Amino acid sequence: MNPLDDLYQEVILDHQRNPRNFARLPAANRQAEGTNPLCGDHVTVYLDVADGVIRNISFEGEGCAIAKASASMMTAAVKGKTLTEASETFKQFHQMVTGGQDPCFDLEAMGKLAAFSGVSAFPVRVKCASLAWHTLNAAMNETEGPVVDSEIDKKPSE
Amino acid sequence: MARPKKHPSLSSPLDVERVRRDFPALAQKVHGHPLVYLDSAATAQKPLGVIERLSHSYTEECANIHRGVYQLSERATAAHEGAREKVRRFIGAEKASEIVFLRGATEAINLVAQSYGRAHIGPGDDIVITAMEHHSNIVPWQMLAAERGANLRVAPMDDSGDLVWSEYQGLLGPKTKLVAFTAVSNALGTVNPVAQMIDAAHHHGAAVLVDAAQAVPHASLDVRELDCDFLVFSGHKLYGPTGIGVLYGKERLLRAMPPWQGGGDMILSVTFEKTTYAPPPAKFEAGTPHIHGAIGLGAAIDYLESLGLAAIERYEAGLLEYAESMLSRLPGLRLVGTPKRRAAALSFVLDGIHPHDIGTILDRYGIAIRAGHHCAQPTMQRMGVVGTARISLALYNKREEIDYLVSCLKEAQKMFRP
Repeated sequence: MNPLDDLYQEVILDHQRNPRNFARLPAANRQAEGTNPLCGDHVTVYLDVADGVIRNISFEGEGCAIAKASASMMTAAVKGKTLTEASETFKQFHQMVTGGQDPCFDLEAMGKLAAFSGVSAFPVRVKCASLAWHTLNAAMNETEGPVVDSEIDKKPSE
Repeated sequence: MARPKKHPSLSSPLDVERVRRDFPALAQKVHGHPLVYLDSAATAQKPLGVIERLSHSYTEECANIHRGVYQLSERATAAHEGAREKVRRFIGAEKASEIVFLRGATEAINLVAQSYGRAHIGPGDDIVITAMEHHSNIVPWQMLAAERGANLRVAPMDDSGDLVWSEYQGLLGPKTKLVAFTAVSNALGTVNPVAQMIDAAHHHGAAVLVDAAQAVPHASLDVRELDCDFLVFSGHKLYGPTGIGVLYGKERLLRAMPPWQGGGDMILSVTFEKTTYAPPPAKFEAGTPHIHGAIGLGAAIDYLESLGLAAIERYEAGLLEYAESMLSRLPGLRLVGTPKRRAAALSFVLDGIHPHDIGTILDRYGIAIRAGHHCAQPTMQRMGVVGTARISLALYNKREEIDYLVSCLKEAQKMFRP
């Protein structure tokens, strides 16, 4: 497969054209902002958390197709999950896009998020795919201050 | 001292195929495609003459300068100071002592802000810049203004990306102590009316710094004709090495300015009680400088002068016009910045495709462009975009590359078609 087609899979293009849960969430009780200072991309993730469960989630922001689709598919993937489950999905996603997964990594278990596995072949785009996830993580942990995602997701070999 | 007349043969038209053979980097393939390098405003590729000069310098002139009593050091010193003389001639300065070698344009602006600025700018004074500055010509002045209680005033630009002249003039007044602006916008390609801007600032007694980083590779300029007080540029955008740049300053200003960094090479004598400083340029060149970088920059200037700046300017103007007309014909493409006079760069956005995605797709076709805010976020905000795709041209680019770019942009549009 052409690596470009691998990166810009139809499901990713669909989510960038019609992002899901793309709005402010008035009922949010947690939120975080993420920016990528190198390219100016930014995202705000809103969470409505009760009893350790993400009852609702949404995002706003501006970014490339990868960043936007990743945020959109992330909201769909973690809505209704517990914070622990969402953290685990974040770890799995992070491994997948940085190409640092265990030998026994189960791509099928990633569901639709597996569409982002092609990102690992584009090291400079890893931060685009992971910006929303780092921001979600900050919102879940109620971290103070904006998430600045620039070089943190480089492959260990670089 | 008048600038030497160019050899008559040097004004002949540029032979781009011959020029391309001088740049070994252009022969490589990227993702299986011949490299199409359209990011020279970020850094220019290097001609063989520069690469070989560096190799020769590291092989046969590797010694510290200004102190050795042996031949290698004498050679290195001569080559280094020879490069300073080449820079002097290249920008039309009166004396080589007005040429300070630094790391780049950014460091040169910081030096002026911290040395000249701290000495001359106080509470309530105005520093004037324009809305199209690179971050390197914004942040050092912001830092200075905050430290000194001065005000940073920004001359606006219009929707085309041109300076609004009346507003610029209106900002100048008795409080204006320093005006700093770019000769050519790195993000939009706008060419500013540099000479008129300098005259207007001088009329109010303000000193003027010209950021010529994007200007010097594309047209000859003369600091005495312009009468600028300071002018800065980077070597690597001028086909020279990274890590070397130039501050030009009028001699009387450099002499009066306090030193910036302390260390070896910038002193006349040192005791624990008192240090006396060397005259410029040494006063501003503490520590062992980037000797080979300066020598490489000299070789880059030699190369450009062998082709002739006038021929380069003519060739690039034609190419840029071609690129602008080809790109503006592409449905779904919008040029960001349509200034009256353009050099170097051309920014655009495509409907429904983020600049980074354009950049990634083009890369897979072997085309290198810049995507994002181009270190000019206020410029992007003014133009109502988060970022753009930017192509920037150099003397080695050709029309076929523009045609190929346009066909690859069409491929990107197909891929992203709703």
